Amino acid sequence: MDAVFDNLDLYWSGFLRSLGICLWAMVGSLLLGTVIAVCRVSPNPALRAFGAAWVTVVRNCPLTVVLFFFAFGLPTIGINYSYYVFGVSALVVYTSAFVCEALRSGINAVSAGQAEAARAIGLTFTQTLSSVILPQAFRSSIPPVGSVLIAMFKNSAVVGAFGVGRDLWSVGKRLSSAQGYDALPVFTGVAVGYLVITLTASALLALAERKVAIVR
Amino acid sequence: MSNVLYDQPGPRARRRNLIGAVVAGVLLLALVALVLRKLAAEGQFDMELWGPLIDPSTDEFPLVWGLIRQGLTATLVAAGLAIVFSLLLGTGLGMLRMMLGKYSRTPVVVWIELFRGLPVIVTIFYVYTFIRSQRIDIGFLPGDDGLWFVVIGLTLYNSVIIAEILRAGVASLPRGQAEAGLAIGMTPRQTMLTVQLPQAFRTMLPALISQLVVILKDTSLAAILALYTELLRRGNLISLNLDNPIQVLFVIGLIFIVINYLLSKLAEFTERRLSRSGVKPLAADTSAVPAT
Repeated sequence: MDAVFDNLDLYWSGFLRSLGICLWAMVGSLLLGTVIAVCRVSPNPALRAFGAAWVTVVRNCPLTVVLFFFAFGLPTIGINYSYYVFGVSALVVYTSAFVCEALRSGINAVSAGQAEAARAIGLTFTQTLSSVILPQAFRSSIPPVGSVLIAMFKNSAVVGAFGVGRDLWSVGKRLSSAQGYDALPVFTGVAVGYLVITLTASALLALAERKVAIVR
Repeated sequence: MSNVLYDQPGPRARRRNLIGAVVAGVLLLALVALVLRKLAAEGQFDMELWGPLIDPSTDEFPLVWGLIRQGLTATLVAAGLAIVFSLLLGTGLGMLRMMLGKYSRTPVVVWIELFRGLPVIVTIFYVYTFIRSQRIDIGFLPGDDGLWFVVIGLTLYNSVIIAEILRAGVASLPRGQAEAGLAIGMTPRQTMLTVQLPQAFRTMLPALISQLVVILKDTSLAAILALYTELLRRGNLISLNLDNPIQVLFVIGLIFIVINYLLSKLAEFTERRLSRSGVKPLAADTSAVPAT
């Protein structure tokens, strides 16, 4: 295990870089996923069709295909960014479909009686949404959105393996090939790095779930 | 349509919706037109790029589709093996977790949490590194070594997921089932094997089919690690030769989407069938959790 302990600083910087990928992708996919979810539940049939098509296509396509499309496809039509940008974008596009579905399941978990009651006592559309439905929908979508995000953190390893440089995966590659350390301990270190991210996220999610759980 | 967000629309809301639909439709179409124009401007619709994929009269067409078929077969073989092994191992793990005592099951729980927390791509690469660095000879297994790195990696991850699905399936059964088994004098193991598991498998069926979608998508991770020439890596190699990544990825993506779409429809169908026959199925929609 010397390979890991001799290079803890390298691992640490790689860990931070990998964490950065996760956080950027988290912000992006939450934003994009919310937009798609709004489309999917809107009364506007054109937007609804767009949202449904987005979810069907993206959810059934492997992340790797999306990633290759960004990294190999876009440069051929003159769109050039670093693999870091392409990688995070692919992760955002891919995860947005799942965030959308998680948010929608949260909205569907609010019983129709809640909305009917709100309308019955004379709340306007905006009041119904902002003070009755969305607060409940938000709380009930925390568990599914949380598990989507944890899965996305795991998927960020795919972007790392594709090669964005200086992240946990590249540290592993560099130590095992260029510096000739034994590959097994080196990649054990990489695996532990990802485990730290996912297990911490799971623990945080469990905490959040207990805090916001609604007993129905 | 009336739902929790808005009421049955009246005449004014219907008019507003219609106008909104037209405006949004036009905007979306304009966006599509913009993308298509950009693609056309970059010459992405040239027959030179598409021909090998869609024009049977070109020389490359049979060759390219032969390769794609090989890739698809490789993907299906890897996914098929992975689901079979995952089912076997997952059933074993799930039963161990449910039947062992509170303390003796700790190693099983640790194993499950470990492989659930690891990214699949890390697991696959770790399997490869482990087998190579320990000089384990897996040559006796049929097929490429690469196939088995992928299958073992996918099995380690998915068996753990299936063990958890199984546990949820058993937990969803009415308590009376196990109690009845025990009451007529069956041992806990007999009760599990002859009463609980068969029923749990039925409730699990939709979730299992959904998991197959996840496995199919995950086989494509091999393309990034360059371990096994499945569909996506095959496509990548083709596009390197023909210099048309957008077109090839379009076709490869379409193949994945069609297969996975049909599978998820099948999962929904079995879910409906089961609930009609009085079984309370586990939701097919484990796909709410993204795989790769």
